[in-house]
Amino acid sequence: MVYFLIFISAIFVNNIVLSQFLGICPFLGVSKKIDTALGMSAAVTFVLVLATVVTYLLQMLLVAWGLEFLQTILFILIIAALVQMIEIILKKISPSLYQALGVFLPLITTNCCILGVAILVANGTEKLPMGAEHGMLTGTLFALATALGFGLALVLFAGLREQLAMNRVPKAMQGTPIALLTAGLLAMAFMGFSGVV
Amino acid sequence: MNKLESSFKNMVLSLVIISVVAAGALAGVYILTLKTIEAQKTQKQQAAILAVLPEGVELGEAQDVNDMIVYPATLNGEPAGAAVQTEANGFGGPQKVMVGFDQEGRIINYEVLEHQETPGLGDKIVSWFKNADKPAQNILGRQAGKLTVSKDGGDVDAITAATISSRAFLKAVNKAYAAFLNDHTEAHTGASQQVHPVEQPVHECDHHCQGQHEDGHKCDGHCGGNCKHHQEKEANNE
Amino acid sequence: MNNGMKTLTNGLLRENPTFVLVLGMCPTLATTTSAINGMSMGLATMFVLICSNVVISLLKNLIPDKVRIPAFIVVIATFVTMVQLVMQAYLPAIYDVLGLFIPLIVVNCIVLGRAEAFAAKNSVGLSALDGIGMGLGFTLALTILGAIRELLGTGAVFGLPIFSDHFAALIFVLAPGAFICLAYLMALANKLQKK
Repeated sequence: MVYFLIFISAIFVNNIVLSQFLGICPFLGVSKKIDTALGMSAAVTFVLVLATVVTYLLQMLLVAWGLEFLQTILFILIIAALVQMIEIILKKISPSLYQALGVFLPLITTNCCILGVAILVANGTEKLPMGAEHGMLTGTLFALATALGFGLALVLFAGLREQLAMNRVPKAMQGTPIALLTAGLLAMAFMGFSGVV
Repeated sequence: MNKLESSFKNMVLSLVIISVVAAGALAGVYILTLKTIEAQKTQKQQAAILAVLPEGVELGEAQDVNDMIVYPATLNGEPAGAAVQTEANGFGGPQKVMVGFDQEGRIINYEVLEHQETPGLGDKIVSWFKNADKPAQNILGRQAGKLTVSKDGGDVDAITAATISSRAFLKAVNKAYAAFLNDHTEAHTGASQQVHPVEQPVHECDHHCQGQHEDGHKCDGHCGGNCKHHQEKEANNE
Repeated sequence: MNNGMKTLTNGLLRENPTFVLVLGMCPTLATTTSAINGMSMGLATMFVLICSNVVISLLKNLIPDKVRIPAFIVVIATFVTMVQLVMQAYLPAIYDVLGLFIPLIVVNCIVLGRAEAFAAKNSVGLSALDGIGMGLGFTLALTILGAIRELLGTGAVFGLPIFSDHFAALIFVLAPGAFICLAYLMALANKLQKK
């Protein structure tokens, strides 16, 4: 039961983009069309879950050797390596998606949501619902749920922006401002989930 | 651009050198700041404990009671109450509170150590319940253990529009009191009181009315043998 | 020196990282719950920006092209960790408030972006000025956003009450408020730029 709640908590109540403010850059950059949004979410899910597991194990080593201060450097290098890996894999498996994602694929490295979640889980400070113990399993589930929440926010937003593109927007608001405003309203909607878990 | 060419040897060499220098510099800064950081942590913990106890007390050994921590205090050799670090599940996440009790179990002061309540609403727990100008919501000086919000029939005014945070806070305080008693009294007799939901049964029978008190009485979780259930049981046993 | 001035003011107005380049959005939205928080975040980032720009510019001819990104990351991450440690030791209150976003400076697109776009191709002096300019531009943006959110959300700015919080709308210090305020600030910046 508590595992189900981890998903509800990470996807809706504490959505990584709309409530924790991680992953905004790709959120604003890749969300113009629903299919690119889906592709990006899949890539992020893969990197996020894998990165969380690897960094969690690494953290145990770091703590054992008293080298916690190397956390930031090592974590980001691991993430960069994983993203390189996924670029190579994607180029082989789905060149069209690779093209569509373009420059955003290497930018997954600088996606604060991946490093953010990795650090949170490694330090045992991620937001889990009541009754959930911090550990490897809950951490991994949390990462998976977070990635799903990211995907949800991204796809919803892409849908909204596709509609927005067909409307007349005042000149000064065109582009990022109207996107941010929409995101704000979406964030407000998600606030309705507060207290559910 | 007279850059170094990207031969394998150069790539590895430059990365290794940069990493080693970086790690070295970082280790240096780490060692320099280590003592200060450790001192900060202990100071923070000490400050939280001393903030809720009267001036000049000395702290005894910390005791772990039901995943709370009790810090007994003495003033000039005489026991002078204790500080208890307690926790409860609030609206947005766990609330960690440090409560100071005097020898008689009255609340001296409290400090909210950590919380994830909504700013402007639930986060008022930090000061709402020690507002000296508003006795209805002020819990300082009161006996803990049965503190409840007025909505639940108690006599503590909850934070406006933040009942859940308030309930959680009072629950944390009551739990702290139970731990304090546990530490300070020899036997955990049936006389100790707890509020819904009951963490552990307080008397031998496992009956708890679970708030289903139809006659509107203020249930303290302990029937003293006088509830319907007990009377039925006794009737059946005879 | 003219070149220097141009570099310095670039980050402040013409290529302001927040309002024009739209980089570093995560800390912008997350840490601007008050003016002082926004300003602290901006200053911490500026420190990292200046240091990493200088070091990367110094090393630019010693780093083979193929490994430049990992090399930049190591340099940036080192300075970020230094900021982390120093803040934890000497500014614990701010450290607790900014929390996760201090280590996240390492993935702030501004830092890596400027390293790649400027420091790797320019002299040390200019790189330092670029770091200062961009850093100040970022700090300015964050402080303004923080001040507006704090004012509308709690009736105070930098902790000094301007009006009673009865008239304040709490939403502005919460998530949606961040998006909305930034949206309008950006629209304003756009309008001013067009002119």
